[in-house]
Parts: sequence; structure tokens; C-alpha cells
Amino acid sequence: MTTAPDADEVRRRTRDLLSAYPPATTERTAFLRARFDAGLAWVHYPAGLGGLDAPRSLQPVVDAALAAAGAPGNDPRRIGIGLGMAAPTILGFGTDEQKRRFLRPLWAGEEVWCQLFSEPGAGSDLAALGTRAVRDGSDWVVDGQKVWTSSAHVARWAILIARTDPDLPKHRGISYFICDMTDPGVEVRPLRQITGEAEFNEVFLTGVRIPDSRRLGPVGEGWKVAQTTLMNERVSIGGARIPREGGMIGPVSRTWRERPELRTHDLHQRLLTLWVEAEVARLTGERLRQQLVAGQPGPEGSGMKLAFARLNQEISGLEVELLGQEGLLYGDWTMRRPELVDFTGRDAGYRYLRSKGNSIEGGTSEVLLNIVAERVLGLPAEPRNDKDVAWKDLSR
Amino acid sequence: MTAPNQSAATPDLLYSEAEEDLRSAVRSLLADRAGAPAVTAAAESGTPYDPRLWKALATGIGAAGLLVPETLGGQGASHREAAVVLEELGRGVTPAPFLTSAVAATGTLLALEAEDGPVAALLAELASGRTTAVLAVPFATPPSGALTGAVAASAGVLDGTVRGVADAVAADVLLVPTAEGLYEVRTAGDAVALEPLVALDLTRPLAAVTLAGATGTLLADAAAADGAVRHGLLTGAGLLASEQLGLAEWCLTETVRYTRERHQFNRPVGSFQSLKHRMAQLWLQVVSARAAARNAADALATGSPDAPLAVAVAQAYCSKAAVHAAEECVQLHGGIGMTWEHPAHLYLKRAKADSIAYGTAGSHLGTVAGLAEIPAP
Repeated sequence: MTTAPDADEVRRRTRDLLSAYPPATTERTAFLRARFDAGLAWVHYPAGLGGLDAPRSLQPVVDAALAAAGAPGNDPRRIGIGLGMAAPTILGFGTDEQKRRFLRPLWAGEEVWCQLFSEPGAGSDLAALGTRAVRDGSDWVVDGQKVWTSSAHVARWAILIARTDPDLPKHRGISYFICDMTDPGVEVRPLRQITGEAEFNEVFLTGVRIPDSRRLGPVGEGWKVAQTTLMNERVSIGGARIPREGGMIGPVSRTWRERPELRTHDLHQRLLTLWVEAEVARLTGERLRQQLVAGQPGPEGSGMKLAFARLNQEISGLEVELLGQEGLLYGDWTMRRPELVDFTGRDAGYRYLRSKGNSIEGGTSEVLLNIVAERVLGLPAEPRNDKDVAWKDLSR
Repeated sequence: MTAPNQSAATPDLLYSEAEEDLRSAVRSLLADRAGAPAVTAAAESGTPYDPRLWKALATGIGAAGLLVPETLGGQGASHREAAVVLEELGRGVTPAPFLTSAVAATGTLLALEAEDGPVAALLAELASGRTTAVLAVPFATPPSGALTGAVAASAGVLDGTVRGVADAVAADVLLVPTAEGLYEVRTAGDAVALEPLVALDLTRPLAAVTLAGATGTLLADAAAADGAVRHGLLTGAGLLASEQLGLAEWCLTETVRYTRERHQFNRPVGSFQSLKHRMAQLWLQVVSARAAARNAADALATGSPDAPLAVAVAQAYCSKAAVHAAEECVQLHGGIGMTWEHPAHLYLKRAKADSIAYGTAGSHLGTVAGLAEIPAP
């Protein structure tokens, strides 16, 4: 039996990587591949799959040493869906072959992933989805429409859930696949949003053939696999430490300080209240981070998204008002297709409109409140009339 | 102008093992001696504190001297531990002079940094748990408030009336700020009259204190006294947030328990989404209040320069959270929440009174405005 590497071992491996691949003279992707192969990508992953079977808490040791040496990073924001959702699901349910094929280019940022989950008729009620996958020899033939798909226009791969048996109750007839976004029948259309931009997409799947070797988990157990994805989606807090005024309260506080002519008593009281709430939310996130480090993860994570969604909306709304006459203007309505959401680099009007999505994307606030009520507080579930009914017989 | 500086040290927002042990000790003592019926009975009896309970808490557990150094007979613990005691006293809405005597009055005396003399002697007395002291200022006074004027001092003889002094009826010693300095006055003398007032909060008595030629011992001159009393009030305000946290937690826990059991329309009422969402929102406020309260306690414990802002943030947040929790508790209990028999009213009254104690949320927002550089128009 081997023991898990300790901090010294991780430091030694990091030094070895840096001397074999000096960041100054190594091409970015080559360095990232070498880092993956050295087990320093995500140290808590298995050996051979970018990790060392080491405690997760040792990752900051690696990150700090590499940052100090000026090593290139893998731009985690650009590949967030792959890192945060596809990777843990592939690790948990993939075959050895799938793990070997997908994890390295995913982590190194060579292949961007998107998530084909939500549908026009199945948002919060995700398990009601209607995209069909029908078995045809060693392939599945997929037809349907997905929506709210970030990164679909730049993605090479997608995680996909589709209905493989409409005669079963909705949670039981779903299977989980890896979809090649370059295959015939995959059509990505920009979905222009409230901000004027198309940061999200609609994805139309028409007779798309997915080999059975790209199924994740058993047929009909896709909902269980999707739970892993969704759980990882919501564990978004924890890594970074946010400084005071690090969020949306920062820009509006700076405007307040720099533009005394905009100040009114009403706005002052509201800004102070939001400043306090933003500071308390920051401390709540910090406390959650400390709990994770101490190995006592708390349920607070489920609440942080709720808090930040509300705060972002209220703060950005106040900011537009504070700007008064200037708040009547908007930066640019030209239809664009950004690769990333960039809140802080944009004007107040954009922030106000974009933040409306914070209480919808990744689970609406209403659904998250149900989750907190049922899973954290143990309150009884809503009565359900869809549990034992075949999906095809449900009203929609 | 730039953003206010982030304090260099990251606060420790968790509970240590020793703090959890202290919590268990206080909780089991309160479960034995101060259940809701006992608290209700005490509130009606006119004798606000059960002396045996206070003795067990103050001396048995050593709560009276938590903040006092061991050299003066105290526990040499910190505000972090005192905050945990207050969480439990808030959870039990327990009548006990811990906040006023062992925290605010003790915090005032500790700020004078005396190693001997009357201040050190009084601290040792308070730490023993045999004596309690209160600041003779209205309970609503914020750390930034006006402190002197009500009592005039002349050559150690004090005259004047201070209304709304919390826990004065049970106190042995008054700490009286005057223009001349801070005086210690024993309540046992004839020249001190304590007139109980009918208080909104049944579990924390208020009194009008009248000094008519009372003799006082000068503890600090005016300059030192002002800073010390403000520090005492800051300590009280900062740790009051933990009492508010414990209170809010009780309200949430009991409301969840009740709505799981109570059936209407052939369902537990806690299965209705409108109620579930309200309780989930309340839970989020409680976990946020915990982070704010721990931050304030840690800042006071470490003597952080961030403490005044941490306390103002905690008070601005936790006052509202506790009142909201108590109001939701009454509402979601339905009719039973309106009865005298159910303890919910004790929590509502304590929460509302706490939201005024040591300064309202609004006055603390004013402090935030100054410290966070969000100036008024």
C-alpha cells in the first residue's frame, strides 16, 4: 500500500516539473500537458489522470509555487464547465478509456466543454426533458432542442442528457452521453439576451449519432449521473478568498466616493445597507471556506448563490440609479458573442441586466430555496403527482 | 479616495474545540435550570434572576470572569468564548446579567488596564461571580453616543437620574460616567434608588437609577473614562450580536419543528412552498448572522483595528436578522404564536429590545458610513 503524497512530496514534484519544463522557454500547452502528466493538475484526482491521489488541500501548494515561477495557467474561467461539471462526472462514471481520452485535453484547455441539459420545456423541472435518444445498432440517434447553453459556440464536447425510455417515470428513463459538437446534426444558434448579446445558445440536435461508447453510466441511470454534475455545479464557492468590496459593491462604492454630486440621502441609506449585506455575505463565504479547509463542510454553500444573486441585482440596480442622467444610457446594444461573462469590466446598465440571470442560471432561486428547505432544514417535500407516471403521460 | 484597507489578518470564523465544550456546559446547565416555563415564571415573579442559576453559570462554569485575566482571578479567556456563552443565553432567552456585567461593565474596566487599585479590585470581585456591575447609561446608548450629563459629580458626591439602565435592579455596583470621570457606586447605600421600569423585554429588567448625594470611588479621570466606557459599549454591542444569533437560531429551529408537526389542509404546513421559502430565507440570514457575529467576536478578541467596523457590521445585520426571525416565529406558529403560554413572545420582545440595545441598526450604519468611507451627502 502506498501512502498519499504530503506537502513536501508535492513541492518536490512541482520543482521537478519546473526544471524539466522551464515556463520561460516552454510553449503554454506543452507545459500544461506536462503538468497534467506530473499529477499536478488536480492533485486529488487519481494518479495517471492528472492527479496524485493526494488531499485536495495540497492543490494551493502547487498553485502558489507555479504562480511564483510564472508558469502558465489553464484559464479556468474559459473552461469552467469542463473543469467544474464534465470532469467530476467523467471521473465518477466514465470508463477507463473515456477518462484517458477526455480529461487531459479538458484540463489543459485544448478542448472546451458545454452542457446540454436545459430545454425550452424543462428548466427547473429538468427531469421532464424531452430530447430523445433512440438505440440504433452500436449508436444512439438523438433528436431534440437544448437551451441556455453557455460556450456551445466554442465547445468541442458536450455533456448531454436525453430520454431513452419514455414509458418509464421521468427520472428513470434518462441516459447520459458525451456529444461531439462537430458531428452532423448539431446546430448551434446564438440566443440573443436581455443585454443585447448572445452569451448563451440554443442547440438543435437532429439525427445526431452518438456511439454507445460515449455513454456515461448505465442506460436509464442518467438522472443519477446528472446529480453528480449538478452537485458539482453548485459547489462553486470555496476556492478564492474575496477581499472586502471585492464583488459588485466595489464599483458602486468607488463611484460614491468619487462623485459627491451624485449623492442623495435615500441612496446613502440603501447603499450602506447593501454594503453591510455584501460584507456579511463575504464573511459567510469566508467562513464556508474555513469550514472546508478544516474538513467540516457546511450546508452554507447552497445558500451563497441565493445571497449573491439577490445582492448583485440590488446593488447593480442601485448603481444605475446613482448614476442618474448617465444611468439613462447603455454601453452598446450591438449583438455580440462573448466567450465569457465579464461583470466588473462592463458598465452599470449591463451589470443590472446581466445580474437578472443570477437568480435563474444554475438553478432558480425558488428551486434553491426548496432545496435548502428540504435538504438543510428537513421540511417535508411538496406533494408530487409526477413520480409514478410514465414520462409520455405527463402533461406538458 | 480609495477603498478602506482590508485588515491584514484573516479572522478565524470557526469555533474551537474548547469553545464547543464551553457551549455544551452552558447548554446543559440551561436545559436543567432555565427551560422556557421557568423563564416565563421568572419574568412574572418580579425577581428577574434565579440566583442559583447565576451562581452556577458565573462561578460553576466561570462565565463571570471569562474576559478577566487569570492574575485577577478570571478565566483569561477571550471575547470568542464569551460570544459562545451569549449564543446559548440568547437561545434560551435566559435572564442573566452576563451581557451587562461580565461583558460590558467588565470590558469597560479592562480598558483601563489597571494592574492594582480599585479597578483591579473590582475586576477581581466581578470575576468571582459574587458581585455584578452595570454601566449606568441607558441601554440604548451606542458606542458613539453621548455618555455624560445625566449625573453630576462634585468631590466624589454624585447626583442625577439615568433612565433605562439594564440589569441595574440586580447589580451591586454602578459604573457611572460623569464629566469628572468614571465612578464606582455601590447600590446598597441609601443614596441610591433603583426604580424598576416596566420593560418591553420581560427577561432583561430596566430601571431608573437615581443618585441623591451618593458617594462614589473615582476609577478613571474624564479622558480615560470616555475611551473605556466606549470600549465597554463596543464590547457589549459586538457580543450582543452573538446573543441575537442564538435567539434567531432558536426561532428558526422551533419554527421548523412546529411546521413539520402542525397539519392543516391534510398536510404538514411546513410542506407549503410559501412557508418553506420563508424558512429557507431565514436560514440564510442565520448563517450570515453567524459569520458576522463570529467576525465581531474575533476582532474584539484579537484587538484588531478592524473591530469597530466589524462590530458595526454585525450589529447592523444581526439586529435585523434576530427581529425578523422572531417575527417569523410568531407568524408561522399561527395563533399559538400569539399566546402568553408559548415562549415565542419572549423571543420577540428580547429581539426587539436587543435591536435598540447598544445602538440601533441605523446608528451602526452611521458608524459604517464613517469607517467604510461611504460619506453622507
